Amino acid sequence: MTAIKEAIKTHGLTEKQLLQMLEKMLLARALSVRQRILQRMGKGPMTFSGEGHEAAQVGSAFALRPGVDWVFPYYRDVAVAVTIGMTPVDILRGFFARRDDINSGGRNMPSHFSHLGLRIVSGSAPIATQLPHAVGAALAAKLRKLDEIAVGYSGDGSTSTGDWHESMNFAGVQRLPVIFVCEHNNYAISVPWRKQAAIENVSIRAQGYGFPGVSVDGNDVLAVYGAMSEAVKRVRAGEGPTLIEAKTYRLMPHSSDDDDRRYRTREEVEAWSAKDSVAAFPHQLKELGVLDDNAEKEINDRVNHEVDAATDQVEQEPQPEAPTALRHVFVEEERS
Amino acid sequence: MPEKTMVEAIRDAMFEEMKRDDRVIVMGEDVGEGGVFRATEGFVAEFGEDRCMDTPLAESCIVGAAIGASLNGIIPIAEIQFADFSHPAFDQIVSEAARLHYRSNGTWSCPIVVRTPYGSGIHGGPYHSQSIEAFYAHVPGLKVICVASPYDAKGLLKSAIRDPNPVIFLEHKKAYRAFRQDIPDEDYTIPIGQAETKREGTDISLITYGMMTHHSLKAAETVEQENGASVEVIDLRTVSPWDKERVLESVKKTGKALIVYEDNITGGFGAEVAATIAQDAFEYLDGPVTRVASPDVPISPYSGILEEYILPNPEKIAEAIRKLAAY
Ligand SMILES: Cc1ncc(C[n+]2csc(CCOP(=O)(O)OP(=O)(O)O)c2C)c(N)n1
Ligand SMILES: [Mg+2]
Repeated sequence: MTAIKEAIKTHGLTEKQLLQMLEKMLLARALSVRQRILQRMGKGPMTFSGEGHEAAQVGSAFALRPGVDWVFPYYRDVAVAVTIGMTPVDILRGFFARRDDINSGGRNMPSHFSHLGLRIVSGSAPIATQLPHAVGAALAAKLRKLDEIAVGYSGDGSTSTGDWHESMNFAGVQRLPVIFVCEHNNYAISVPWRKQAAIENVSIRAQGYGFPGVSVDGNDVLAVYGAMSEAVKRVRAGEGPTLIEAKTYRLMPHSSDDDDRRYRTREEVEAWSAKDSVAAFPHQLKELGVLDDNAEKEINDRVNHEVDAATDQVEQEPQPEAPTALRHVFVEEERS
Repeated sequence: MPEKTMVEAIRDAMFEEMKRDDRVIVMGEDVGEGGVFRATEGFVAEFGEDRCMDTPLAESCIVGAAIGASLNGIIPIAEIQFADFSHPAFDQIVSEAARLHYRSNGTWSCPIVVRTPYGSGIHGGPYHSQSIEAFYAHVPGLKVICVASPYDAKGLLKSAIRDPNPVIFLEHKKAYRAFRQDIPDEDYTIPIGQAETKREGTDISLITYGMMTHHSLKAAETVEQENGASVEVIDLRTVSPWDKERVLESVKKTGKALIVYEDNITGGFGAEVAATIAQDAFEYLDGPVTRVASPDVPISPYSGILEEYILPNPEKIAEAIRKLAAY
C-alpha cells in the first residue's frame, strides 16, 4: 500500500491518470479476448493475444508522448497500441482485414500495429527486425536535434537474435534516445528462457553495451511506469538508452494456432493468473480510494460497449477490392 | 568537362547530393576515413562525423538503422563494404525495406540507398567477388541498379538518392578505376529503369549490364571486323525495373538475342531477360535465345587462372556471337 502511494507520489501521477491506465489495460484485455472468440467463431484465420502483458505494455507506453515519440511494437503489444491512441475500430479492422484497416489495409497479419499519425511503425514477422528501425529513428532524432524518443518493444526470445544485439550496441555507441522494452514472459512459443539464455536477467546485458538495464515486475503497472519514466528522463538528459526487462507471463497460447498444454503445466499458468495485473490493479486502486465498485463497473461497461460497437461496425465494413493487391509496391508519387 | 574514374564520379554524386540536401547522410564501415575504395574521401572534413558516420561492424543494423532514420526525415546512403557482406542484411532489405510500403498499404516508405561494390575479376576470391543483383531483382519493392562506367554511375546514383523507394546500388568494383570518362560540370540524372544502347547493330541484340558491357563491346568489335556481323549492345544499367521495351524492340529488329552476365548462369538475372524474349518476341526470333554467363560454381576462385576460366570474357562472348550469327 505505502509502496504504491510512494510510487504514485514520485511519478506525479494523478487519480485521473491512474484511471486512464486502468481503462487502457481493460480495453486491451477486452480486445484480446474478443479477437480470440471471433477467431474461434471462424471470423478470422488468426489472432495473437496480449493477455497477461497489459501492465508491462500500459506502464511503459503511458510514459510516452503519442505522435511525438516513436513506437516500434511487436505482435503482443495491443495494450501499447491502445495506450498510444489506437481505437478498438483500428485494432479490429486489422483482425477482420478490412479495406479501411489503418494498420495495413488487410495486408499484414492482425496485431501488426501501424499508425502513421501516432508514429506507431508497421512491423514484420521476423523477430527483432524492428529494433534497428527504432535505433535509426532515434539516430535521426539525434542528428536533427529533435526532442523525440524511440522505443523498441520485443519479447524474451528476441534477445537471442543478431538484430537485438546489433541494435543495443549501435544505440550504446551513439548514445541514442532509444529505450528497449523486453517483455519477458519466459517463453518463445514453447522454448523456455533457460534454453534461450544462460542468464537469469537479460537486463544485465545492457552493461555490455554501455548503458543501464533494469529488471522490473512486469505485472506491476506502476513499477513499469516508474522504470520507463526514469529511462525517459535519462534520454532527455542526453544520457542515452536504457534496457527495461519487464518480467511477465502470457496467459494464453502463443497464437490461435498454438496449444500451450504441450509445454506448460496448468499449475504454472494458474499461479501466474493469480498475479494477473488486470485483476490486481483495480484492487490496488480501490485500496487507495481512487476507485470504487461503481466507477469500476462504469469503466468496464464503457470498454465492453466500445468493443461491442466496434465489432458490429467493422464486421459490416467492406473488404479490400481484390485488384488493389497490386498497388503500393513502390511509392507512386515523387518525393518532396 | 573533367575526366573522372567511376569511384570519383560516385564520390561526386554523393558529395553534390549532400550539399544540395542536408537530409542526405552516408553511414557504413570505414566511411569516416574515406572508405576502403575512397568513395567518401574528404566527407568528414566537409560534412562532419554525423553525416558521414562510421558504424559498428554489423550490416543488418546498418541497413536497419538506415530504414529507421529514413522514417524520421533522413535520407541515408548505407554503404556495405563489399556486396558479399550484404548477406547479413538480407532480412532487413527483403523483409523490411522492400515490404514496408506494401505492408502498410502505402503509408510508410523508406527512401534509402544501399551502395555496395560487387563483381569479380580482381582476384577477390569467393568473398569479394559476388554478384548479388539477382537476389534483389527477384524482390518486389526494391530498385536494383548495376553500374560499371563513370557517367552512368553518377547520373544513376543521383536518381537513386532522390528516389522515394529503397534502391540497391551495385558498383562493379573492377570498373572503379579501370576507365575515365568526361563528366559534365552541371547537375544531371539518368532515369532508373532506362537501358542504353551502347552500340547500334542489325544482326544480333546483345543484352548485358555491369562489367560485361565492356567485354561485350570488345567482342562485338572483334566479330564485326572478322565477318561483318553487326551486334547491337544494350546495357540495361537497371535490372529492376528493367527496360523490356528497349530490349524487345531491338530483338524484334535483329531477330537474335544473346544475353551476357557475370553471375552464375542458373537463375541469374539474364534468365529473366531470356524468358521474356522467348515469350514476347517469339515470332521474331531467328535463332536460339542464348546466354553467356559463369558456370554454377562459387564466384570466384582466387587464383587468376581459375578465375579467368570461370568468368565470361571478350573471347567467350565473341565465340557465342559467331555461333549465333551462323543461324
Ligand atoms: C526470425 C524468426 N524466427 C522465428 C519466428 C517464429 N516465431 C514467432 S514468435 C516466436 C517466439 C517469440 O518469442 P518472444 O520473443 O519471447 O515473444 P513472445 O511471443 O513470447 O511475446 C517465434 C519463434 C519468427 N517470427 N521470426
Ligand atoms: Mg516470450
